[in-house]
Amino acid sequence: MAEKMILEKLGLLADAAKYDASCASSGTVKRDSTETKGIGSTEGMGICHSYAPDGRCISLLKILLTNFCIYDCRFCINRASSNVPRARFNPQEVVRLTLDFYKRNYIEGLFLSSGIIRSEDYTMEQLVEVARILREEHRFGGYIHLKTIAGAAPELIARAGLFADRLSTNVELPTAAGLQSFAPEKKPATIRKTMASVRVGADDAIEASKGRLLKKAKPPRFAPAGQSTQMIVGADGSCDDDILASATSLYSGYRLRRVYYSAYSPIPDASSDLPPVRPPLMREHRLYQADWLLRFYGFQRAEIMEGASGGMLDLAIDPKLAWALMRRDIFPVDINRAPRELLLRVPGLGTRAVDRIVAVRRTGKLRIGDLAKLTASVKKLLPFIVTPDWRPGSLTDSASLRARFAPPAEQLSLAL
Amino acid sequence: MREVVLARPGDFAEWRDAARALLAGGVRPEDVSWRTADEGASLFGDAAPAAPTTSVTLPRELVAMTNRVICHRDAAVSARLYRIVWRALRDRQLLARRTDPDIDWLSKAEKAIRRDIHKMHAFVRFRRLGEEAGRESFAAWFEPDHRILRLTAPFFQRRFYGMDWAIVTPDARAIWTDEKLIYGPGGTKGEVPDSDVVEDQWRTYYGAIFNPARVKIAAMRAEMPKKHWKNLPEAQDIAPLLAGAAARVERMRETAVSLANPQTDKWRTRVPETLALTDEIETLDELARAVGGCTRCTLHCHATQAVVGEGPSAARIMLVGEQPGDREDLEGRPFVGPAGQVLGEALAEAGLDRTSLFLTNAVKHFKYEPRGKRRLHQNPTTGEIDICRWWLDKERALVQPDLIVTLGGSALRGVTGKSMGVMSMRGVVHELAGGTKLVATIHPSFLLRLPDRARAAEERAAFVADLALARKLAA
Repeated sequence: MAEKMILEKLGLLADAAKYDASCASSGTVKRDSTETKGIGSTEGMGICHSYAPDGRCISLLKILLTNFCIYDCRFCINRASSNVPRARFNPQEVVRLTLDFYKRNYIEGLFLSSGIIRSEDYTMEQLVEVARILREEHRFGGYIHLKTIAGAAPELIARAGLFADRLSTNVELPTAAGLQSFAPEKKPATIRKTMASVRVGADDAIEASKGRLLKKAKPPRFAPAGQSTQMIVGADGSCDDDILASATSLYSGYRLRRVYYSAYSPIPDASSDLPPVRPPLMREHRLYQADWLLRFYGFQRAEIMEGASGGMLDLAIDPKLAWALMRRDIFPVDINRAPRELLLRVPGLGTRAVDRIVAVRRTGKLRIGDLAKLTASVKKLLPFIVTPDWRPGSLTDSASLRARFAPPAEQLSLAL
Repeated sequence: MREVVLARPGDFAEWRDAARALLAGGVRPEDVSWRTADEGASLFGDAAPAAPTTSVTLPRELVAMTNRVICHRDAAVSARLYRIVWRALRDRQLLARRTDPDIDWLSKAEKAIRRDIHKMHAFVRFRRLGEEAGRESFAAWFEPDHRILRLTAPFFQRRFYGMDWAIVTPDARAIWTDEKLIYGPGGTKGEVPDSDVVEDQWRTYYGAIFNPARVKIAAMRAEMPKKHWKNLPEAQDIAPLLAGAAARVERMRETAVSLANPQTDKWRTRVPETLALTDEIETLDELARAVGGCTRCTLHCHATQAVVGEGPSAARIMLVGEQPGDREDLEGRPFVGPAGQVLGEALAEAGLDRTSLFLTNAVKHFKYEPRGKRRLHQNPTTGEIDICRWWLDKERALVQPDLIVTLGGSALRGVTGKSMGVMSMRGVVHELAGGTKLVATIHPSFLLRLPDRARAAEERAAFVADLALARKLAA
């Protein structure tokens, strides 16, 4: 009977948690169960233990402690006014599920979130308690990601940082106006303040470990995998420029490891003013690409928006290519001479391919045939590069260049 | 033709010893035929000499790669690795030549091995055997593409120290028991239990975490290839989940808008009321609460929080800076960043007790330009300073200082309402309407930006002198 109850609760509380895109288990400190003689390790690189048919990886046991919630955020399956069945785990049940799954090698660890019950502080305390039991009573060395409840006391955030690898606070919608109309209880200022206390906690831990008198003394730890956040794409009227503006501001202020963009997908018992449409998966994908350009390719937001129109990224081609088509004066680029920063701007070259090119060209001139061994898509590069055996000629400036990359317009189905 | 017979395919030590002996004998790669014991002896060829001789120095990276790639099932792996080692001894740059056919092969083979290792770390599924004296034991059956068990078992040891486990593969098995890792011969799937009680929970979780509105089968199959599905308990649910996905989404769409949950109002009584912004501000505490909701200009949109003044309400001297910086914005307190530190030291030198002063800013929100992982300070516009004067005036009215020290041009504008040059105002005492005295000086962050040491020392001395003047005036 008890087992059946657990199955039912697990079904409900995992279903309610799936709208959080983050499943990362990487970027934390190394831990090894040899030291504790318990269970659990982290080795820097995350592991995806399974994949759901929605293409998302399953790395963590991602569940809510409860889906009861006093807030009424309209895009959320768990909002107070929703008619979804409600359930609640007690901390011990979550601990047992985590350990049972972990020992069978199903997961890297736990990602625990919750609806807001009673108050922000009470909810945060419950989340911290689960992490504490895992770490202190079971010597659990696996990955723990805790949701920080915006508005919870800074002392509770500090305590969460002791046990968790990662903390996250979702901004949900990129603009204050969007939040105001869709999530009236959530205040952008409260969310930012919570992120600020996570960053201050992390900075303090770094300062404290620098100031240790004894190098052997254990440095204080604070959420070593940093913090992240999520924005819902396509629920309100925000454009891509709004979203990227919000993201750059968050990256700069709170040292976020990641901003996740989650295409709004229809939820059971949805509120009437939300789009009952297919989730804008391509828009989500383009935003991730733009985010990568910001973080790893040296692009500024304004540059990315050069390839956009009306504040929206081009859905048919990727944002780097869209930018390159607007800035053809820069191309073609000589693969054997261009500095790294310029190679990173070539559509079709990723950071790894660029690193390889820079390393290999020291040993000799690169030709087109060599590039095939260093990168996956030589065809895409051709209009933008020069090698000793290749010049694009008029191709770079040709009017039909976009058509070369954009997928052909979909034919209307006749059987409508 | 030299013939080398390897008894244990995938065993690095055996291959290494054979390769060393060949290198010592100067045997060229094209003169060696490599074969494994189960392939049957060739009719021609001499057996390789057994005794290894001289030591060979190779780049560490190449040794590590060889150690992994030897596990590859490619029949030519021993011969190819020997050729690469032979060439590497004659060409120190060899590994950097990614476009060389041998190195291209090596990096692809290594990538395949790494991927196989990674997938084994991910897709091994333990099933519980039992428990003895509080120690649980588990077993798993796994079929890797290559002979990688010895490369992956240490990972499972680091992860599952506190339980006993065995991983059985067709080529070999690894057993962790009594805190020892031992290897044994290959086995069959039948040796491992065919179910586990927790698998029902895992499959329930797998079904529930799947979002039927965003089906992306290709993405799933790219990372979780079908060949692994037969050993993954959750994979049997993929087909039924996909078959039901469209209908589930359709149902969501049809039943969309329903009436609100009858409990809604009861639950929502717990939501805390936000404090209304009132004009009736009579204490500094009330002011601090009210400024949190300030939306008089757009600076609140990206700042973390409004930072109000700090200090005794009976303070005789009020110091006004420009605006909170990065650190002040995060902590919600004025002058806690680098400029605040400079200010603190200068105050001490001028003989002023920082805790007796009221420290505040002309603008309460941090204005910045995001640049990668940093926020670059931006000067507030005169418009922003003028709008924020509403708050500064409230602070002045509540503290009623005898003397105000303005730090920098923005502060001077905030206090006087006029744009004036700080340098022309310095060193002299001014009087504001109502009799409050005013001393104008530079902002401490100016001192942080001076590259020339001599100049910085000079400016700092002038800054301290200004503060000392303030002390004298207030005494």
